[in-house]
Amino acid sequence: MTAIEITGLHKVYGTGSTRVHALRGVDMTVQKGEYVAIVGASGSGKSTLLNILGCLDAPSEGSYRLDGIEVSTFTESELSLLRNRKIGFVFQSFNLIPRTTALSNVELPLVYAGMARKHRRERARAALDLVGIGHRADHTPTQLSGGEQQRVAIARALVTAPTLVLADEPTGNLDSRNSADVLAVFDRLNTAGRTIVMITHEADVAAHAHRTVRVHDGRIVAGVLA
Amino acid sequence: MIETFRFALRGLAANKLRSGLTTLGIMIGVGAVIVLVAVGTGASAAVANSISALGTNLLTVSAQGGRDAGKPLTVADARALVDPLGAPDVATATPVVTSGNVSVTQSDTTASVRQFIGAEPAYLEATNSTIASGSSFTSTDLAEARKVVVLGATTASNLFSTQDAVGGQVLVNGLPFTVVGVLEAKGGTGFGDPDDMAVAPLSTVQNMLTGYGGLSQILVTARSADVMAQAQAEITTILSNRHGIANPARADFRVSNPTQVLAARSEATETFTVLLAAVAAISLLVGGIGITNIMLVTVTERIREIGVRKALGAPSGAILGQFLTEATLLGLLGGGLGVAAGLAASGLQISGITPVVSWPSVALAFGVSALVGLVFGGYPAHRAARLRPIEALRHD
Repeated sequence: MTAIEITGLHKVYGTGSTRVHALRGVDMTVQKGEYVAIVGASGSGKSTLLNILGCLDAPSEGSYRLDGIEVSTFTESELSLLRNRKIGFVFQSFNLIPRTTALSNVELPLVYAGMARKHRRERARAALDLVGIGHRADHTPTQLSGGEQQRVAIARALVTAPTLVLADEPTGNLDSRNSADVLAVFDRLNTAGRTIVMITHEADVAAHAHRTVRVHDGRIVAGVLA
Repeated sequence: MIETFRFALRGLAANKLRSGLTTLGIMIGVGAVIVLVAVGTGASAAVANSISALGTNLLTVSAQGGRDAGKPLTVADARALVDPLGAPDVATATPVVTSGNVSVTQSDTTASVRQFIGAEPAYLEATNSTIASGSSFTSTDLAEARKVVVLGATTASNLFSTQDAVGGQVLVNGLPFTVVGVLEAKGGTGFGDPDDMAVAPLSTVQNMLTGYGGLSQILVTARSADVMAQAQAEITTILSNRHGIANPARADFRVSNPTQVLAARSEATETFTVLLAAVAAISLLVGGIGITNIMLVTVTERIREIGVRKALGAPSGAILGQFLTEATLLGLLGGGLGVAAGLAASGLQISGITPVVSWPSVALAFGVSALVGLVFGGYPAHRAARLRPIEALRHD
């Protein structure tokens, strides 16, 4: 079963002299249940790749099939629906909504999915328990440590049971102990069958993945095949 | 829907001082609309009141001190105006002399009476005055120049406070008068109290105060309010003949219609109301611009939050709804407080005018405040909804 299938992907920003060719023909396949790390120097195009994988940006050329659906031609509103149903994001800077409890933060994607409140609460609590932070459900982000915030963010990414969990440098803002905690959560999720794609520049973080994809100058230079 | 409302409330609570100040802007706008319209309406009501107090069929003839010192108005002139043949539209004509600011004393209390009037008993009826207690003076009083007086409501309470004035003695220019009656209050118009007056028989007042010169006025009542113009023409003809005036432009008298004067004044107060409402509307507009300003700041501050919400799958409509709801809540909150403040302030007297709250203006101001939130919050909310998620997420 294929989660991601990318062929001949190009991304060009700007026109004329300010034209930037960020991706120059990327082919990549990720199977369901895989744990993939994307590595590369800054400016290599890995962030662009992540934005396209996350349906935050549309490719200039090429095909992107997510869960068997061709999404490269989707409109903005179709993409937001797709993000809600199929993708869970984990950001480097956690990006929890301020002054809002952990539980409400985790509930948020389900609010936009239009789920009833009672059902939402149950799902959110279950997700918080899964990442081991159920006892902090009523705390706001400022009352949580960085590691705790990131675990809440992971719970938020999981709560919709997405096809793909996309993590952008999830340990970039954490100390080593918290990093280890968060990576352990990802390992457990993968063992439970979640598909994870993680961007990182740290080799020891990438080592948690089954496979490392290296991006250089807008092309994939290693790890194309599983 | 409920969630959108909850997000909006949380957004407002995040910055209470800022939300409070924005609300204050709208509150002042709405409050100002209500109070100023109430003041305008109050002024109009006072004028309308004094029109009905005067009676609608009254004409006054007054002497016009001419350059060639024309003939004074006399009691004979007044008698000549009641003429079923020459002036079929004139009902009554009452000669009047007036002395301003006469000091009147009752035991220890001295008051300056704005108008001390000498007239015939018909004066009271002609001016729509009613006796509250006691009685009017009679034709016998007039014939014998008795020293009796009827006091206006204000004068009576100035001199006698709560005691019964009827039967009491007052000194007018040192001469004793007996109070025979007190008039019903007519109510203030804000332009001099019409109840600060006293009426005594014409002959008495001429004897004691004014002397036997010309009359101050002749009060004429027409047969009905519809024949005022005819009555005015008839009076002019009769008096011109009697005073030997060939050129109407050089007449030594003037016939005026107080109702017309007041009608003009009532038009003026209407203009004044419109102006006040316009000033208030401008302050409401300024409050609305305050909402736009604050919402733009809020959106800029929360770009990252907007990016996260969009990444989590919030449709543009949900973001638009959230910020529109915030702006509308600011408007409604300000509107509600403004209505409360406006109603409270309308309970006070403002420069001698008792404000009359106009309920349509309250409803309008409140409705507009909600609309102001919606309209002035629209642009910032639209900007928030249009943000592209990658750019919003990258924003620091």
